[in-house]
Amino acid sequence: MSIELRNIAKKFGDFVAVDNLNLHIETGELVALLGLSGSGKTTLLRIIAGLETPDTGEVLFHGEDASDVSVRERKVGFVFQHYALFRHMTVFENVAFGLRVIPRRARPAEAAIARRVHELLKLVQLDFLADRYPSQLSGGQRQRVALARTLAVEPKVLLLDEPFGALDAKVRQELRRWLRRLHDEIKITSVFVTHDQEEALELANRIVVMNQGRIEQIGSAEEVYHHPANAFVYNFLGNVNLFHGRIENGRVFLGDTAVELENTHAHAHPETGKAVLYVRPHLLEIVMKPNGKQTFPATVKSINPAGPQVKIELVAEWGDMVQVEIDHERYQALHLEPGANVFLRPKEQKLFVYSI
Amino acid sequence: MVRIALITIAMVFVALFIFIPVIAVFAEALRKGVGAYFAAIANPEARAAIRLTLMTAAIAVPLNVTFGIAASWAIARFDFPGKQTLLTLIDIPFSVSPVISGMLFVLLLGVRAPLGGFLAAHGIRVIFAEPGIVLATLFVTFPLAARELIPIMQAVGSEEEEAAIVLGAGGWQMFFRVTIPNVKWGLLYGLVLCNARAMGEFGAVSVVSGHIQGHTNTMPLYVEILYNDFQFAAAFAVSSLLTMLAIATLIAKRFLERRVVPVKQAQDELAVKVAA
Repeated sequence: MSIELRNIAKKFGDFVAVDNLNLHIETGELVALLGLSGSGKTTLLRIIAGLETPDTGEVLFHGEDASDVSVRERKVGFVFQHYALFRHMTVFENVAFGLRVIPRRARPAEAAIARRVHELLKLVQLDFLADRYPSQLSGGQRQRVALARTLAVEPKVLLLDEPFGALDAKVRQELRRWLRRLHDEIKITSVFVTHDQEEALELANRIVVMNQGRIEQIGSAEEVYHHPANAFVYNFLGNVNLFHGRIENGRVFLGDTAVELENTHAHAHPETGKAVLYVRPHLLEIVMKPNGKQTFPATVKSINPAGPQVKIELVAEWGDMVQVEIDHERYQALHLEPGANVFLRPKEQKLFVYSI
Repeated sequence: MVRIALITIAMVFVALFIFIPVIAVFAEALRKGVGAYFAAIANPEARAAIRLTLMTAAIAVPLNVTFGIAASWAIARFDFPGKQTLLTLIDIPFSVSPVISGMLFVLLLGVRAPLGGFLAAHGIRVIFAEPGIVLATLFVTFPLAARELIPIMQAVGSEEEEAAIVLGAGGWQMFFRVTIPNVKWGLLYGLVLCNARAMGEFGAVSVVSGHIQGHTNTMPLYVEILYNDFQFAAAFAVSSLLTMLAIATLIAKRFLERRVVPVKQAQDELAVKVAA
């Protein structure tokens, strides 16, 4: 089922949670709403579910206005951030809940309910825990029970609010892959909210980057990561160094010694004026010798060699902290020590300049 | 040394002020023998008092529990104008002396008051009759269930209720399958407290009752009358029934507290996780 949001706005007192927002989600898509807390992403998800009523605008399911359709009739599945499992019911009863509250005429027989519940518990690989209570499960298991419970009523749309937010990193990875596979299998239109850019990039077909109740950019992982629409998106997706510089005659200058950067990936900046530069840590190169106006000097502060890349913290000559990531081979070759004076060179075409 | 001293002091106090009096109640009640004990309880006036007490509790407790659920649910789930005022008003019966509560009803519903006069003209007697006793009891037990339920409702939160609705449950299905089971121990606890107070209330009921033997005497009032008549054995026999109620209440309270606390702890843990 496709979802269409038209001119949705929602205020809580003076706080604008969602600001006149339009969005179309295709049938079978897996869409991420990505943003910081307070960006309106959860409110938007709750509006789609019908748990929140927008001040203005309409929600259309499959092209039909759902404004007058109550939550229980919307056929949406909602997975809550803290699972919201019924604590006084066993795993089995939790999953069966949606089937048991169906009006008597349409309700499946007890045997059919049991069959369906076990089927779903097998799907989430938790059949052996049917008699446990939620308090006896781990976070990852609870989340999977919550998913099974949601799927029991065969929703047309699956909405997930920070589905992996409360889990530790390892379990999060696993569940992420598992959810991806599940989506490929059952092809249900799904929207999930996250503040974790990595999660959004890995999981979603399309990413909706939100900020202050508005959409900053919609696109595939590739698009939002490599072709960010604006500084916010660039800044939000991945670590970034921020430099204050200026633009003169379409060229970008940095710092006191006026490092001149050419071939920058600059968006709609004027010919002359102040500018903010964003550079990802892995797009800065460390060299031992200056290379004209292509490089700027910096001093190594600390080195963290743990992980796939070596993370190096430096101080630029004008006092800004700079994060750089290089691979281990390059690190070995450079013989870097804290206190070493080096030069930094942004790799071409990968800068992001934002005029202010 | 300090530990032993403190424990001894506590024990002596409990023995002196609680244990000995309770024993004394039963000892006094049985002083004239078991036959006299049962005769005192089987006396028609005693039975009328017991009946009135049970009836009062049977009306006051369900009403107050219903009010408690409605008020705590509204306070925990919704923001509405007058919420703070409601919270304050719920506490009034706790802060007002029961005697004054009783006086209030006499002033409002006595035969000389406009409203009481109107009711009397239509054949309804409130003061010095059973309705007055029920009203006064309702008033003094009013906060007990609500006070117990509000923090529990707030701690449980609304997520499970929302989950139930999204899964297709109707309002009543949500209420009986999710809301009530989540607060059931707190609810029972409130019920026990409410019942104990409803049966044991003296001050407010004494003012509105008029002490008409066999008609408007509840158990505590009847005990007082017997005592003033120097019928000590009978007074203590009826008292022993109230004492047994108190002991049963304490046992139930202890049992329920143990059930309520783990729920609260689980919620606190969750709250810490959410905050983190």
